[in-house]
Parts: sequence; structure tokens; C-alpha cells
Amino acid sequence: MEIPEKNSGRGGAILSKIATNDQHGENSEYFDGWKAYDKDPFHLSRNPHGIIQMGLAENQLCLDLIKDWIKNNPQASICTPEGAHQFSDIANFQDYHGLKEFRQAIANFMGKARGGRVTFDPDRVVMSGGATGANETIMFCLADPGDVFLIPSPYYAAFDRDLRWRTGVEIIPVHCSSSDNFKLTVEAVEWAYKKAQESNKKVKGLILTNPSNPLGTMLDKETLKNLTRFVTSNNIHLVVDEIYAATVFAGGNFVSVAEVVDEVDISEVNVDLIHIVYSLSKDMGLPGFRVGIIYSYNDSVVSCARKMSSFGLVSSQTQLMLASMLSDDRFVENFLMESSRRLGIRHGVFTSGLKKADITCLTSKAGLFAWMDLRHLLRDRDSFESEIELWHIIIDKVKLNVSPGSSFRCTEPGWFRVCFANMDDDTLHVALQRIQDFVSKNNNKLVEKASVHDQTIQNNNAKKQKWRQGNLRLSFRRLYEDGLSSPGIMSPHSPLLRA
Amino acid sequence: MKQLSTKVTSNGHGQDSSYFLGWEEYEKNPYDEIKNPNGIIQMGLAENQLCFDLIESWLAKNPDAASLKRNGQSIFRELALFQDYHGMPEFKKAMAEFMEEIRGNRVTFDPKKIVLAAGSTSANETLMFCLAEPGDAFLLPTPYYPGFDRDLKWRTGAEIVPIHCSSSNGFQITESALQQAYQQAQKLDLKVKGVLVTNPSNPLGTALTRRELNLLVDFITSKNIHLISDEIYSGTMFGFEQFISVMDVLKDKKLENTEVSKRVHVVYSLSKDLGLPGFRVGAIYSNDEMVVSAATKMSSFGLVSSQTQYLLSALLSDKKFTSQYLEENQKRLKSRQKRLVSGLESAGITCLRSNAGLFCWVDMRHLLDTNTFEAELDLWKKIVYNVKLNISPGSSCHCTEPGWFRVCFANMSEDTLDLALKRLKTFVESTDCGRMISRSSHERLKSLRKKTVSNWVFRVSWTDRVPDER
Repeated sequence: MEIPEKNSGRGGAILSKIATNDQHGENSEYFDGWKAYDKDPFHLSRNPHGIIQMGLAENQLCLDLIKDWIKNNPQASICTPEGAHQFSDIANFQDYHGLKEFRQAIANFMGKARGGRVTFDPDRVVMSGGATGANETIMFCLADPGDVFLIPSPYYAAFDRDLRWRTGVEIIPVHCSSSDNFKLTVEAVEWAYKKAQESNKKVKGLILTNPSNPLGTMLDKETLKNLTRFVTSNNIHLVVDEIYAATVFAGGNFVSVAEVVDEVDISEVNVDLIHIVYSLSKDMGLPGFRVGIIYSYNDSVVSCARKMSSFGLVSSQTQLMLASMLSDDRFVENFLMESSRRLGIRHGVFTSGLKKADITCLTSKAGLFAWMDLRHLLRDRDSFESEIELWHIIIDKVKLNVSPGSSFRCTEPGWFRVCFANMDDDTLHVALQRIQDFVSKNNNKLVEKASVHDQTIQNNNAKKQKWRQGNLRLSFRRLYEDGLSSPGIMSPHSPLLRA
Repeated sequence: MKQLSTKVTSNGHGQDSSYFLGWEEYEKNPYDEIKNPNGIIQMGLAENQLCFDLIESWLAKNPDAASLKRNGQSIFRELALFQDYHGMPEFKKAMAEFMEEIRGNRVTFDPKKIVLAAGSTSANETLMFCLAEPGDAFLLPTPYYPGFDRDLKWRTGAEIVPIHCSSSNGFQITESALQQAYQQAQKLDLKVKGVLVTNPSNPLGTALTRRELNLLVDFITSKNIHLISDEIYSGTMFGFEQFISVMDVLKDKKLENTEVSKRVHVVYSLSKDLGLPGFRVGAIYSNDEMVVSAATKMSSFGLVSSQTQYLLSALLSDKKFTSQYLEENQKRLKSRQKRLVSGLESAGITCLRSNAGLFCWVDMRHLLDTNTFEAELDLWKKIVYNVKLNISPGSSCHCTEPGWFRVCFANMSEDTLDLALKRLKTFVESTDCGRMISRSSHERLKSLRKKTVSNWVFRVSWTDRVPDER
């Protein structure tokens, strides 16, 4: 019997386009840093010359506080003798409304994380599989395949997957530039909106992360208000991903879109268009627990998102634990204050350490990272190729994994996101030392070195090939093929997920 | 411009079905032995509540797993940060071995081919995204789990075309039914991408026979399409027969490592066998590398909580526990099913002979006024409102013959089950009498009922206070 070709014919057993395209974005070259890190991970004592991971936006600074709380509150676990009486009810509980106490605790925490300036209604709290699940779900609720969402760039790289991959939604960036500190303006949004409409695109809304990843900056109240007025007058949606809401350093001022909803005139803003995405992955440093939240002011969206949450409910074991933890007001207030303080200190240590190497960062008061300006180190300030070259030098020679701006769709070469909250003080110190040493050793030679290299590359193709291959491959095509042929063994642990 | 997506405004979530209406009524008036002894008894919920004590005693004996410790050291930090979509290796290994154990260790499962998902709800949807384009169809034998309408079609845009099964042969899948469904899909201009079966079946409570499995494998081979076998109830098999998985059949037909085996995918979950639906543990098992790769990336949208993975990897790695559990679980389910079946028999009601699952497929055709779905709905309403039992009408499971109901037996205490059976018996006896009394009032009632039905449908479309279940 002739074996039918896999992709042949009508009704043949081919896979879907979604399964076989690369819209998940994971075949990009930005994996190179991860792969290099995985092969040679830094350890203070066991591998002190390894690559330090600074491409991971994790918050590891306050896990001790949570661990202590768990230890002191055994009744919050269904597995301990103190909590086991709840086991069967909890193990059995799969209502997509979620545990009432969980929703209340989340609403309580969200309010406190915004300084108590605004309150949240537990009945609008909808669960999802992390913010990853929340963002995808909100797209499914607000847009049909082919519809467009505007998004300020630079933006979190995995949005390409979360917002587009299975939903069929298109995203169009609203480019922000260094000339005004990457600030998002309503004018820029208006312009992008108009251009999209001129190309006959159906724009359904604007989505943004506030505080911003990768910038660490926050929108001021006036801009937020104007954005809500803009979306209202155009009858499009505004989704604000506030996943970094509580990563604001002591002294910073975060304005949530919830505060704006509270304050603005009902005639100016249609709250049915306003939606918040949240998660505990960054504020609390618990990405493993998969707690994503959709909070919408639109009843139909709440209802639909809740039904869709069946595809990504929070484990009831986790709901119970967090319901207890986050309704402990004393713990929450202390945690938020302490986290804010530690992040602020860490950020200060890092940015002043960079200053010693004459490296500046975009001024920011939130986030788990800094937006580092390395334009002066580029061989060619207008070329992304030089940004990638510089990036490889940082990985290969300075031995740090950082994220190049182009991976966030930044339109200007030379910017890098560097994470500082996913390591201990000693490791940070080593990282800073390496940067300072490298810069002082190679001051101004960096540019020369790169152009000498370039010359060599031009003269000798074989050398170019070798230099590029090393541990790091640049070719998209090869990456794509490799990605397909060895998915399980070679591929990294979804860096996009952890970015 | 329409403000929200079509997914919001359509009823693709399937919650307007009568299946969920009973829930609403139950929620308003739930039975409680002490607080509300006249309330509605929930028999529409396929949960396994019979063996929690076994898990609880395991927890009491294993404090390390319970308190997030490994060898006495806290691993809280590691768990808090673990979000690798490949899943915890020790958990996948434990899952693979558990799945093997359920199948009598006759077949092997490679942990690397397992993709974790947030329940089989998510696993099934993810497989659809991987295998079907919007507008493509999967064939499903009827009756089937009502939630499939949502899980397989809602956000994926895929279609379901039914393979009609009938009571004449115990609702088994036949070759002609398969061919008819395939042709029907073609008539509707739908590209058939595969067949999806639940084995053991929900709502029938029967495991597929070897004949049916062979038929299915032959069918997908000849049509060059996929086969998804949702084996979520594989550990609830209590009959004398052994559970035969599609993996057994692939092995017996020497099709392992062939092109056909790449088109066979298994879905699993711990929600039914272990009674842990709250923990959201589902899995896809596929021999196709590309499916594993794509599904793994998609699992980002619904990963299993790390603390849950850790707890369960410890539980499932304890082989003494798992073998004791599986045996005891099957024993208790069998005894419970027998209790239901004999109770029904004493009320003159028979069931499809079942050997698995958490429910029976009950034949109430003789209690219908007419052989119509309208009459089925009437009977169902009586049972919900007068008898105060929430059971699931066959029409909600897309059954083609009126009069069949799914009745669950593993989600309540023995006393509650006995009470339910008593109520049903009383009802049946009164109905027989009642029917003899008035034929003339039948026409009058008929028109009243019609009105009531449409009111109900209207009412239920605004409902969303419905727990998720299978």
C-alpha cells in the first residue's frame, strides 16, 4: 500500500498552520544568549567564570519573606496536618469562578499594591494561566482574527506569541524614541491609529505594559487619562498589563489605570473599554505558581473570560495558599514595603556601578531591570548588526547574558535590557566588576576592535564563518531548521516565558 | 464596529445547553444531609470522591512532600521560580509510569513525549490548535461529553461531526457509522482531520472494545487522519475486562514507530482517576515530534502550578501507593456502581452495562410520554424539580435517541445515593399511576410545557454561574 504523503491531499493528516509556523517567536536568534548561558552557567563557587544570567526578569529578592510566612502558616497548605482537613474540598474544587476567598485576597492585594488609592471588586477578578494566559484570553475576547492591536515599542518580546499566535490578531507597534526618553505620547498613538486605518486595518485597541517592560518607566496620570479619552472617542479598547505594579522602588509613583477609571468623568471615559491584566509572577516572584488575572470593567468580557479561564485555571492548592497569604494584611503591607525598598537599593547599586563604567541607563523607578544605553559602544550607531555584534561580545567576552533592544522591537540600536533582581548581591557585584573591567580595558578599543574584526571578516570568509559559529549562530534559517529537528533536547527553557 | 470578538457574542462556549441548566437549579437548592435534606441531589457531576482518604493518609505519612521539602531541605524557592514549559522531569516521569501502570505495564510511555496542560480541558483544546485549522472537522462518536463543544470548537474554530451510535448495539462504534460521518463532513465541505474518542466513554461508562479500537486505527490509517484518544477515565475501569488503550492496539498491530503511530495522540488527566480536578493536571501524549514541540510551547498558556507538580510527582512516584490506590479505587467504584444499578433495577430502570467511569448510562425511554426530545426534556425537568435529582439528559450529550440519561454515582456518600434511589423509585411508581389517571390533561399540559421550555432556554442563556465539570 502506498504510504500517503504527510502533507498531501484534502483531509490529509497534516498539522495546523499554527503548529508549524514560527509565530511563537521562539526560533529567533535571541536564544543565543540563553544557549550560551545554559552551556556555561555562572556559580559563585562552582563556576565563577561562567556566564551570569541577566536576561531573566525574575524577582528573587523577597522569597525569604514568603517562605517564612508559609512556614509559620501551615494551615494554608492542604498537605500539612494543620491544613489537611481541607484537602478533599480543595482537591475537588474546579469552579471557574475560583475560590471566593482567593478572589477577595487578590482584590485586596491589588488595592494595597496601589497604595490603597483604589479598590478592586472581587467579582471582576478572573483567573488565567499566568499573565501569558491572561493576555491571550483578553485578545480572544476583544478581537477576531485579522483585527489589530496597537502596542508601544519597545515591548516584551513574548507578546508576539501571547497576543498573536493562536488568536490570529495582528499587532502594530507605536514606536517610542530615546529623544524623549521613550515616553509614550497620545499623539504617537493617534498617528499609529490613523496610519493603520488608512491601510484598512481594523484596530480594536491599544495594549501596553505599565510599568513598562523593558523600560522600567511608568506613565504619568495625565497621559493615562488622555489615553482613556482617546480610546473612548474612537471606541477601541485599552488593555493595561500591570504585572510590574508592585515593583516600584521606594519613592516611585505608580498610577494604575484603575485610579484613572475612578477619577475621570463618566461622560469622558467608557469603562467598558478598560481592562487590566495582572499576575503574581513579578510582584511576588512566584512565576511557578501560574497566577494570572484578568480584571475588566466590562461585564461581558468578565463573563466570557471567566468561561475561557477553564483553559487555564489556577490550581486550587495554590488558590488556597494565596487566599490565606494575601488576606494577611500585616504580611502584605510589610512585604510590599520591603520589596519596594530592596528593589530600590538593588537598582541603585546596579546603576551606580554602571556609572563607574560610564554607562548610563534610562531613568526608571520600577521593574526588575534597567534599560542600558550602550550606543557609544556600537561600531555603527545606526546598525542593528552592530548591536548584535556588541551583544555577542558581551556574552562571549564579558560573560553576561543581557537582552538586546532589537529583541524588544526597539527602533534604535544600542539599548540593552539588563535584569538585576534575579541574583544575590555577590553575583551582582561580580557582574558589575566584569563590566567595569571590560570597559576600562577596552575603552575606545572596543570600537577599533570591532572594525578590525570587520576588516578581517571582509578579507576572510572562512574566519567570519568560524567567529560567528562559535557557540552562537546567527542564521535565522539554520535556527528555524534546528528548532524543528530537535525540539525537546536542544531547545532552551522558553526564555520568552521568563522574559 | 462591533466592540467585542465573535467569541464573546456567540454561544460557542456551549453553556446555554440544558446540561448546565440543571446546575443552576442545583445551586439554588443544593441537598445537604442536615441543612437541606429536601434539596436537589447532584448526580450530574462526574467526580470521584471515593478515595480521598487514601491520599490524605499518604500525605500524613509523607511530610516532606507536604511541606515543600526534599531530603529535609526546603525547595520553596526552586518551586516558586520554576516555570519551564517542559514541566518538572520527575513529575513527567511519574506520570508516564502511572499511565503505564494503569495499562498493566503492557505499553511504555516516554516522559519526553508528554506535554503538561491545565487539565484535559486545556489538553484537548491545545491538540485542536495543533491539528486543525478553523473549519476543519473532527469526528466524534455520540453521545459525547458536552464540554467538547467548547473545548474543541470555541476558540479553535474547528467543527465536530458526529458518528452516530445507537442503542441497538450498545452504542458501539461501527464501520458504517464512521463512513457515514466522514461522508457527512464532506457533504458539509469540511476537511476531516481526525477522530476523537473518549475511552472509557463519557457518558456511556463503557470501555471501547478491541474490535472498535482496531476499526478506528484501520479507519484513520486508510483516511490518513489523526486519532485522539482521551483516556481520562482509564483508571476507573472496574469491570472484569482489562482496559485496552489505543496504545495497546498500536503495539498489537505492530504499528509502533510507524507513520500511523505519529497520528495517534492520547490525552490524560488526574481529575477523574485520582479525583483531583482542582489541581488542573492534564497531559497530551504524542509520538509526533512536531506536535510535542508545538503543544509544549502552547502549554505556556496553561502550565501546571509547580507546587502541584512537586506534590504529585512525590505521590505518583510511590509505587506502593499507586498500586494500592488503583486497586482500591476500582473496588470502591465497582461496589458503588452495583449499588446504583440494583437500586435502579428495583425501580424498573435499566442501564447500559458499564465497566468503567463515574456514572451509568440510564435507560428511561419507557418513562417518556412520547419518543421525542421534548418528552425527554419534560421528564428531565420533572426529575430535577419534583424528584430533586440533577441528572444529565442524553440530548445534552448529543445522543440521537431520546430517553437516555447520565447518572453519576461517585460524587456523594452512600447514604445520599440511597436517598436518591429512594426518591427515584417513589417517582417512578407514582408516574405509572399518574399516567393511568389522566390522558385528557395531556394536551393541555403539552402546550404549557412548550412555553416553559422556551422560557428556560432564554433564562439559561444569561447564566454563567456554572462550575466547570466533565
